[in-house]
Amino acid sequence: MTAATKAPVTGRHRKARLSTRDRVTVALMILIPTAVAATLVWVPAMATIVMSFFDWDGFSPFSEAKFVGTRWYTEAATIYPAFWPAIQHNVIWLLVLFGIATPIGLLLAVLLDREASHTKFYQTSLYLPVVLSMALIGFIWQLMFSRDQGLLNALLGTTIDWYGDPNINLWSALIATSWRHVGYVMLLYLAGLKGVDVALKEAARIDGASEVQTFFQVVFPVMFPINVVVLVITFIDSLRAFDLVWVINRGRNGLELLATEVTRNIVGEAQRIGFGSALATIMLVISTVFIIIYLRIVMKEDR
Amino acid sequence: MTTSAAPLPKPRRPWTRGRIATHAFLAFMTILWLIPLVYAVLASLRDYQYTAEHGYLSFGGFTLNNYVTAWQVGEFAQKFLNSAIITIPAVALTLFLASMVAFVLARFNWTFNIVMLGAFTAGNLLPPQALLIPVYKMFQAFEVPFWFSASGTLLNSYWGLIAVNVGFQIGFCTFVLSNYMKALPKEIYESAMVDGASIWQQYWKLTLPLCRPSLAALATLEITWIYNEFFWATVLLQNGDLFPITSSLTNLSGAFFTDNNLVAAGAVMIALPTIIIYFALQKHFVAGLTVGATKG
Repeated sequence: MTAATKAPVTGRHRKARLSTRDRVTVALMILIPTAVAATLVWVPAMATIVMSFFDWDGFSPFSEAKFVGTRWYTEAATIYPAFWPAIQHNVIWLLVLFGIATPIGLLLAVLLDREASHTKFYQTSLYLPVVLSMALIGFIWQLMFSRDQGLLNALLGTTIDWYGDPNINLWSALIATSWRHVGYVMLLYLAGLKGVDVALKEAARIDGASEVQTFFQVVFPVMFPINVVVLVITFIDSLRAFDLVWVINRGRNGLELLATEVTRNIVGEAQRIGFGSALATIMLVISTVFIIIYLRIVMKEDR
Repeated sequence: MTTSAAPLPKPRRPWTRGRIATHAFLAFMTILWLIPLVYAVLASLRDYQYTAEHGYLSFGGFTLNNYVTAWQVGEFAQKFLNSAIITIPAVALTLFLASMVAFVLARFNWTFNIVMLGAFTAGNLLPPQALLIPVYKMFQAFEVPFWFSASGTLLNSYWGLIAVNVGFQIGFCTFVLSNYMKALPKEIYESAMVDGASIWQQYWKLTLPLCRPSLAALATLEITWIYNEFFWATVLLQNGDLFPITSSLTNLSGAFFTDNNLVAAGAVMIALPTIIIYFALQKHFVAGLTVGATKG
């Protein structure tokens, strides 16, 4: 069927060679998945932004909703008690993942890469938490952190409520989440380190650089794309953190996060659509910044 | 895709002090990392009365009863089935739809390709909570016949949950698959065109079989991710009977009293499928995860 339309055409207009049937096929192949992604991701994202400027009860038609400008944003920043704690907890979450868990993952990757042999067992074990869901990780660490039945209190002889005490539970959750994050970062860097040209390291060594110098001045900068990917993943995961604290106590009492506050305003006892949307829009804006950075790096070859 | 290269065989090196220190540190970290898992398995095998009396640092009271109780109390047979009902169609649909877009984007050079690919990839990185309200309201308003969903709407139905998982995962798969497909030689399409193969045949009979390695890697990863998915299942399914296994562990912890040994048994059973997949398909798993990171 396509043979009939084999008129000579320039490479720029390759689709001109397609028969009508093929054109319909191509159109459907792209339109159906696009419609799915648009309906479930992009339209909702836009709708969230729009709704954050309206007062809507969620039941009457949206056309009756009242435009309230930035009222919900002002309310969040001034009178909603959980807002600033949530922001603070998200920032601490990020700082711990970025400043502690990520470097540990990188260090493990470097050591594993340097040893190369006899490291399979280490690698597999360190990576194991990554295949578990965050919700499950919450329960597995409950066995460690439980006040009456936990291993930690049994070992230390203390009676601390690691998951319950609002001064401590954020740090307990961070230990649990780092348990997973370290393995993930380690895996990404292991892949990155394998891609570093051995000749580069050789050259640095011949120039008299120590192993540490070689790493920081040669290997680490060469891994720039992977550094950005790890950075973006760390930021976005810190922003999206939800499952773990939701299984601990639904994100209350010291574990408030942006994601739990959005959820609470929608599926909780009181539905506050406009207000929840304002919090959600804040999350959207922050994530968009990192998504753009991510796309610029991973799609570099395509431009 | 450079990750699949086998490590170079290194010459036998002497056990210097540095190497011993490295191994000691790695061994220490490994043990530290395994403690929560090993402890979960140990706790799951112990009788609650025994550990309540003697503490967890004692020895004895071993039993398999926790598994039996957790399986029955938590209705695990039903919940595992629910997980399969959600995960299998969601993964199949995601790969099918993503591979179609990826094929078109890799096969043709259009100016908007980059925008499309960017839009698809970005979708996967958005915080799901930020989409919750519109998706929730949309599903609530979307009425379906009762034979299709017992709730009468997409809310509180598997269809809605499957759809949202597909919508969310399609981006990542499109990104990975289009990278893979772009690396295929263009000439295969030239000769397929000469043979009169339609676009659909080129996609279904030529490209997809060639993409088997990356489809396998993605399937491994997506099964794990959708099986592990917690947020959408928790908020979109209000009827606890419909919950997949990942959202069901809360059933084992009571409001005032929790038998941690029972929770441990439940946790071990829920972790088992993903751990088995990981051990069986480790190569695919790692290849799928690192593909986004090693490019560029």
